[in-house]
This record gives sequence, C-alpha cells and structure tokens, in this order.
Amino acid sequence: MAITVSRPKLNWSERLYLPAILGGMAITFGHLKNMLLGRTKVTMQYPEQKWDSQMPDHYRGAPALVKDEGGRVRCVACQLCEFICPPRAIRIVPGEIPLGERFAKVEKYPEKFDIDMIRCIYCGMCEEVCPEQAIFLRKDYAITGYTRAEMVHDKEKLIEIGGVMHGLVLKWNEKK
Amino acid sequence: MNPTLFLIFTSLLKIVGIVFVVILPMVSYSVYAERRVSALIQDRLGPNRVGPAGLFQPIADAMKFILKEDFTPANVNKFYYWLAPCLAMVPALMTIAVVPFGSTLFGVPMVIADINVGVLYVFAIASLGVYGIVIAGWSSNSKYPFLGGVRSSSQMISYELSLGLAVIPIFLLVGQLRLTDIVRYQIENGWMIAPFVGHWTDGWKWLLAIPMSISFVVFTIAIFAETNRLPFDLPEAETELVGGYHTEYGSMKFALFFLGEYAAMITGSAIIVTLFLGGWHLPVPWWNHAHGFHWLLIDGSLGGWRGVIGGLFNIFVFFGKVSVLLLFFIWVRWTLPRFRYDQLMRLGWVFFFEIALVNIFLAAIIIACLPQ
Ligand code: SF4
Ligand code: SF4
Repeated sequence: MAITVSRPKLNWSERLYLPAILGGMAITFGHLKNMLLGRTKVTMQYPEQKWDSQMPDHYRGAPALVKDEGGRVRCVACQLCEFICPPRAIRIVPGEIPLGERFAKVEKYPEKFDIDMIRCIYCGMCEEVCPEQAIFLRKDYAITGYTRAEMVHDKEKLIEIGGVMHGLVLKWNEKK
Repeated sequence: MNPTLFLIFTSLLKIVGIVFVVILPMVSYSVYAERRVSALIQDRLGPNRVGPAGLFQPIADAMKFILKEDFTPANVNKFYYWLAPCLAMVPALMTIAVVPFGSTLFGVPMVIADINVGVLYVFAIASLGVYGIVIAGWSSNSKYPFLGGVRSSSQMISYELSLGLAVIPIFLLVGQLRLTDIVRYQIENGWMIAPFVGHWTDGWKWLLAIPMSISFVVFTIAIFAETNRLPFDLPEAETELVGGYHTEYGSMKFALFFLGEYAAMITGSAIIVTLFLGGWHLPVPWWNHAHGFHWLLIDGSLGGWRGVIGGLFNIFVFFGKVSVLLLFFIWVRWTLPRFRYDQLMRLGWVFFFEIALVNIFLAAIIIACLPQ
C-alpha cells in the first residue's frame, strides 16, 4: 500500500523563503570569513606538502619487485601475476638461470619484467597471488611521464622501487 | 577642434577605454573571483598557482581557450552555430554604452552615448542576449542544448516583465528615461533606496524609499534571471542538461558564452547601480564652519588637477559599486540551490509580476500625495 508522506505545513515566514535564504547566506559568509581569517584547516598544498610520512603500511601504491635480506630478487618468473592481473599490465619473459650458479635448475628468473603503469589499477592481485612474496605494492603513487614508453616500468625500475623487504618467509631457501 | 570631430574622437576613446581597459579585464577577473570566492566558501583555496595568489589565472585560461582546437560538430547548422556566441557576447557589451560610469573627465562626460531613451535601450539590447542562447540551442542539433534554449527563452520572457515593471516607479519619480538624469536626481535627492543626501529628514523621501526598495529587490532578482545566474541557471543546469545550451561548443566559442554571461552580469550590476544605488555618486560626510555638517559632492566639475582626481574618483566609485554587486552575485550563486522549473515560472508570473505591479500603484500614490 502506498504510504502518503504528509508535507510539513509552512508558516508564512517559511513560505516567503527569505529568512531561509538569508540564513544560508550567513552560513556561506561564515565559511568565507573563517577561510579569510585562516581559521579553517584547508586542503594540503600538494606538491609542496605531502602526506607520505603518515601513509599506512598497507598503502597500495606502485607494484614493485622486492629483494630479501640476502639481497636476492625473489621473483621466480612463475607468471602467476601476469595471469591474474585484471588489466593485463604485466609482461614477463622467463629465463633459465645459467648452469653453475647456485639456483640453476632450481628456479627460473625473469629476463624481462614490465609493468605498464598506464594499465595498472593498483588492485594488489599480483601481490596476493605471488607464491614467492616477490611482488609488493609499495608507497610510490606519483607515477608520471611524458610518453607512454616512460610509463612502462621495466625490471630495473621495479627492483629500484621495490627495495629490500624484511621479514619475508625464507623457509624454502634451505631446501633448494 | 571641430565639435563633431571632437565628439567622435572622445567617443571612440571612451569605447576603447571602457570595453578593453575596464570591462573585459573585469570579466576575466570576475571569473577568477568566482573561482576563488566559491572555493573559500567551500573551505578550499581555489586557483592559487599562476602568479601571486593565482592572479594570472585568467591569462592562462585565455591562452588555453585560444589554443584549443576550434571544433565544429558535423550536424550543426553552421551559420547559426557560429552566430550564437557573438550574439551572447555583443549585447552584453553594447548595453554599457548608455550607462554613465563617471561624472566628467577633462570636461568630457563619462558616458558613451547619453541618449534620452536610456533604459529602453538597455532593455531592448539586453533582451537580444536571449537570441544567442536560443540560437545556440537550436543550431546545435542536439536535445540538451535545445532544452536549454527553450528554457532560456521562457525564463527571459517571464522575468523581463518584472524587470520592466520594477523600474517604472523610478520613471514616475524622475520623469526621465535618460540614465544621466536619473543619476543627477539621485545626487540631488539621495540614492533611490537610501536617500540620505539633500533634505534627508523629509519623511516623504523615506516613504518613497519603500517602493524603491521593493523595486530594487525585484529588479535585482530579475537581473539574476536575465543573466542565467544561479538560482535561475535553468538553461545550463549541468545536472539535468549536461551543459545546457553550450553543450556542443568548445574552445573560444564556448569561452564567448562563458564570458558573455559575466559581461551580462557586469552590465546588469551597472544598471542596478545606476538606477538604485546612485550611479557614480558617493556622498562624503563633511563639516565646516560656514555650512555645518553636510554631504560633499565630489565630481569632475572643478578646474585643474582637482577636477581630474574627482572624475577618476567617480569612475572608481562606480566600478567599486559594480564589483561589490558582482561579489554579491557570486555569493548568492554559491549559497542557493537551483529552482525547479515550475517554481521558477510560478515565482516569475505569480509573485514578482504582482509585486511589481502593486509596487507601481504604491509609488504612484505616494508621488501623487507629495508636497510639491
Ligand atoms: S596491482 Fe593489479 S593491476 Fe597492477 S600490476 Fe598488480 S595485478 Fe596488475
Ligand atoms: S612476481 Fe611472483 S607471481 Fe609474479 S612471476 Fe614473480 S614469482 Fe611469480
């Protein structure tokens, strides 16, 4: 059944609207005055002032390849992140680790690892899916460039952004 | 010099001076003021990057508009599509011709065309502005601009009535349409809505100020509607009509609509100032032994440098008053929500029209009872 909502009865001063209009104008003027007197806290002046120091650890900025305490890039080029990435921002070319090195025949390594930051939507799926804890979303957010090519982060750039990550699970290293 | 030649020369000088040195910079800076004031009202800062405190922002805006690609959509009616932006800008600038924006400077009256049909000319030209919008809406060949154009025409027609009726009490009182005469009257008898000057203790003056104030309110609101300012911006209601009549326009053609709106605001404010707020006149309270307390009239009639300073002072006062009104326009825009369409029409036809009409009778009765 339809419910009839009764409209409030307005008295004559309310029906004139003028008191309401003047009240509204007083409110906006108050805001203007407080701004001019510097009483209102305003927006941060972005490029000069930044919020970086207060950024939480779970902030999802640019995805990057991290090293562990031993200084090794942990990615094994399993390509899971490439497959899960919803906008298909990641391109990986896996390579064999040359014979004679410690991890030869044990894992692969990414020969090329590109993330197209124009496509990336910062969803964090890559971080979630990675079995090696190799890719993390770090706190970089101001990703800019003049060309499309500049916006593609290659492996060196990703490692540079990633840095060293502490407290990762290292149980496999002994077994390899 | 030959007087005709002198007239032509000074008129050209005044036209160039007032349009290019005063009005156009004022238009671009009212856009800047709009952005800054709206930001402050909303607890933001607004454009503050280009130059000190963002003061060069209008220049950057203009550069951007000029450098943008001038795109004409394929299915528009080309001739009218190009004509519309001009029609939006030109009438707004033309109205300023009859407005006295100062007393005299070097003996030259500071009004471009002192014609005796003054206000009628203003109404005639100002209502041309609606054609810009209607033609833009129609020639764009798209439904949202069309709706904007239709709304604009009905809105203008509804509010032009109260606009015209609201000024009649002034003509009843002054007996002249010429704007310089109206200013002259206000200098002798005080501003229409605040008659302090002259024999300000006269009761009838204050009695007359009542219908004048009603006229002032109705006229100001009608000017809001004429210039499509919020709360009457139905022709370009973004939330309903995308961009309204200028949806299909871009680059400089859009800028002309945009600036035309501000130019119309400036001329509208200039008319309000001239009709109700004493024009270029600012009485200065003064005291000397011979006359006691009195109001000092500063104008350009004195000889030498004092006349020049007086003349410049009057121009300054006039545009100062206009600027205050412009700030008021901006303030109202960022306070009030938009009217619903039927409310707008009802307000125009049922409320303001009646008020203006009754107000005429009120003023006529008071004037008829005046002691001669
Ligand atoms: S954050 Fe999301 S979009 Fe960006 S690379 Fe990782 S999976 Fe792809
Ligand atoms: S980053 Fe992780 S998921 Fe992606 S290829 Fe390397 S190991 Fe696999």
